[in-house]
Amino acid sequence: MLEAVHAEAPTLIETAALPTLRLLTCGSVDDGKSTLIGRLLFEQSLILDDQLAALERDSRRHGTDGDNIDFALLVDGLEAEREQGITIDVAYRYVSTPRRSFIIADTPGHEQYTRNMATGASCADLAILLVDARKGLLTQTFRHAAIVSLTGIRHVVLAVNKIDLTGFDAAGFEKIVADFKSFAANLTFETIMPIPISARHGDNVSKKSANTPWYDGPPLLDYLETMDVSQDLAARPFRFAVQWVNRPHLDFRGFSGTIASGTVRPGDDIVVAGSGRHSRIARIVAADGDLNSATAGDAVTFTMVDELDVARGDILCDPKNRPEVSDQFAAHLIWMSGDKLIPGRSYLLKAGTRTVPVAVTELKHRLDVNTLGKLPAKTLSLNEVGVCNLATTSPIAFDPYKDNHTTGAFILIDRATNATAAAGLIAHGLRRAANIHRQGLSVGKQDRSRIKHHKPAVLWFTGLSGSGKSTIANLVEARLYGRGVHTILLDGDNVRHGLNKDLGFTEVDRVENIRRIGEVAKLMTDAGVIALCSFISPFRAERAMVRDLLAKGEFIEIFVDTPLETCIARDPKGLYKKAMAGEIANFTGIGQSYEPPEAPELIVAHQGQTAEQAAAQVISLLTAEGFIDDIDDLGDDWSI
Amino acid sequence: MKSDVSPHLRRLESESIFILREVAAEFERPVMLYSIGKDSSVMLHLAQKAFFPSKPPFPLLHVDTTWKFREMITFRDEAVKRAGMELLVHINEEGLARGVSPFTSGSSVHTQVMKTEGLRQALDFWRFDAAFGGARRDEEKSRAKERIFSHRSAAHAWDPRNQRPELWQLFNTRIKAGESMRVFPLSNWTELDVWDYILAENIPVVPLYFAKKRPVVERDGALIMVDDERFPLQPGEVPRTESVRFRTLGCYPLTGAIRSQAANLPEMIAEMRASTTSERQGRLIDHDESGSMEKKKREGYF
Ligand SMILES: Nc1nc2c(ncn2[C@@H]2O[C@H](COP(=O)(O)OP(=O)(O)O)[C@@H](O)[C@H]2O)c(=O)[nH]1
Repeated sequence: MLEAVHAEAPTLIETAALPTLRLLTCGSVDDGKSTLIGRLLFEQSLILDDQLAALERDSRRHGTDGDNIDFALLVDGLEAEREQGITIDVAYRYVSTPRRSFIIADTPGHEQYTRNMATGASCADLAILLVDARKGLLTQTFRHAAIVSLTGIRHVVLAVNKIDLTGFDAAGFEKIVADFKSFAANLTFETIMPIPISARHGDNVSKKSANTPWYDGPPLLDYLETMDVSQDLAARPFRFAVQWVNRPHLDFRGFSGTIASGTVRPGDDIVVAGSGRHSRIARIVAADGDLNSATAGDAVTFTMVDELDVARGDILCDPKNRPEVSDQFAAHLIWMSGDKLIPGRSYLLKAGTRTVPVAVTELKHRLDVNTLGKLPAKTLSLNEVGVCNLATTSPIAFDPYKDNHTTGAFILIDRATNATAAAGLIAHGLRRAANIHRQGLSVGKQDRSRIKHHKPAVLWFTGLSGSGKSTIANLVEARLYGRGVHTILLDGDNVRHGLNKDLGFTEVDRVENIRRIGEVAKLMTDAGVIALCSFISPFRAERAMVRDLLAKGEFIEIFVDTPLETCIARDPKGLYKKAMAGEIANFTGIGQSYEPPEAPELIVAHQGQTAEQAAAQVISLLTAEGFIDDIDDLGDDWSI
Repeated sequence: MKSDVSPHLRRLESESIFILREVAAEFERPVMLYSIGKDSSVMLHLAQKAFFPSKPPFPLLHVDTTWKFREMITFRDEAVKRAGMELLVHINEEGLARGVSPFTSGSSVHTQVMKTEGLRQALDFWRFDAAFGGARRDEEKSRAKERIFSHRSAAHAWDPRNQRPELWQLFNTRIKAGESMRVFPLSNWTELDVWDYILAENIPVVPLYFAKKRPVVERDGALIMVDDERFPLQPGEVPRTESVRFRTLGCYPLTGAIRSQAANLPEMIAEMRASTTSERQGRLIDHDESGSMEKKKREGYF
């Protein structure tokens, strides 16, 4: 027989003093998560007659509780969808009582659990960790608690469920609580509330149970209705990400956005975090009339006393308490994509209302989410958590995630697929802002290359005169340029007329010519550039000399292997003709031999390959070796 | 934000405004689907707040199936005039020419052709890259896991296997050429939240939501209003006049009325708080086949 506990006299407009509680439920399969949520909905009369009729039917057919109602059926449905392969990370349920409204993020168990929990946790203030009273704490319980802690949730309810199945055993309950508290000592929870419940029978769910006289705390619902989880964001330093510049006409310029933390009034001083420009708030504009204050969580529009150069993505803040501004920071990354993290590769980072290119410059280690121990790692796969350093192409303003979840969180977006690849939680900045003096900090090759989002290299095109070296090098350079890669092309034309104009064609001068070119190419790689060098360079020794000048792996020898007969037939500058007529001495291929490379990184132009095909081959090599990213829309994305 | 709005509603309001602004800032050609019902009324109201003193930087789009209640169309034109926004109306002329109607084609075919296909035609024709819809997650069990930003391929297909996780308020709005996004700013609102907010903010809604004597006939257990002369009465069938109101509004032949005396908003909300049936009960399309929501969504219906 069903008896809904009817809510008291309904009030027309909710007057609940406490704001909505957003909570996350976590537990392993069969711990009773669905049963608990279903019961909460049922007891708040949120299950309506037509739904109830369906439920009674379903319970008789599929239920696990004989003729009694199986509350789990009210919220299930996720499993079936999961079997069909539908991505479900979080399902949201809405419960409201006369005292408070709740938004429950329910995450299905199984694989992908880290990703799902992190997603649900990102918007929750409290987590209910379900434990089966008979089984006690499992590895999963530790895992769930660790992820909850990592995502910054400070309050947990340890719901020890199925307490009916242990005969309402107080000692068993106490042991679970003690075990949990000792594990949680390493975590960052502010409150832990253990409650013995039976989701199926309703003990300590919304009413105190007579079966647990030894438990003197409140029932679960009471606790949730009165729990104050506010982080007092209103009293924290002011942070406001400009979302949209509001310009209805020339005389009005407002900045719309949502206040992340703090409280402001007209007349308050603010500063733009990135530029350091000051102003004061003139008005807080709203449709129903100007406001005389606005606080954390409010979506507002400000006008400033001064003309300020502010755009979407800028952060307005308290001048006396500013966020960090840096292009390098350390963070936790929770990997959410099936494509692994590629350190050094360019992703997009979205933090607040700002989107900038970013790369992981160092993956320090991976976290074992069961123990929070450190594991060595070269990459991160789906559901793995890592600690990394990241570098953005321009500085961003942020706070550590522990201080501010809004200004300390970011997502990474895969530039090729647009998938959300990772969730990020900033730990701290790695160096001071650009506007603070940098003397004493020497900038190294690594730093220079980092801001370019590609690795430096020397592409050394060698081959006979007329083999197509310059044509191919030019095509490669054009393609790289199109992807936003910074290049330089060195060839006879620009070297012989300047740097090497004092050199002739004697044996000694030829070696010196190549040596100088090698040194210039090396400087280019120090600058982070990809240098394309197109020289006949007939001798192995000279080419080996350049290879040795450069860091390992940076010299890419490309043999343009066009047969001599073809070159002679082409003879674009008429040089072969002259050489064969004896007018040019020591001409490679005629008076002097060409020493083909023994182990070049790439051979192109053989067997009638076109210059276009050869260039494409060079680009694939650079992509495969990780010098550049395998996407072609880089140019556009930089303008975000 | 007025002081008589509860902290709960205020937070919902701020979050929805954030979503509306995010779309305006990150998409090139957004549009707001305006379906004239209570959810659309709230969404339009929020848009006006979000961009004040500017007008919302996008037009409204109504996909007209030609079977809406007449009062809805009157209300629509007034609401758009009040808002001072541009309204685009699209009718699937090809479907109309084929003679598709709820009576001759059945509710599924009618909805598929006039609403789902009509919507796609309109989005393609105006090349919109983002469309706001007023759907809420509490409407149905199967919508509980719905995204706020729902990505669609160039063919408007929803790929259930490849959805983007939504973390914090950091919405991934990136799409490729030709693709689009459906955006649901009211995802976290419940039916009661919507009415409480309409009351607190004094938002106009179609009078069909309030009880009044209206001509109805009973079909398959549902009370259907005889809104115009196109209604094919069966031999001997005479419309009765009853005091009824509607809980959801769609095509009149597909929308069941409920008997009620609640003639104004406070009475209606009181009646609803005591109510024991769910909102979709009056929506005939859902009864057609179970699990139909999922299917409709994959085809591009909201
Ligand atoms: N005896 C008892 N059984 C329970 C309790 N809570 C859940 N169950 C049963 O445990 C099984 C799994 O519950 P379910 O809610 O589906 O677990 P979920 O996988 O965590 O959602 C079902 O058969 C429930 O009826 C409880 O407190 N006591």
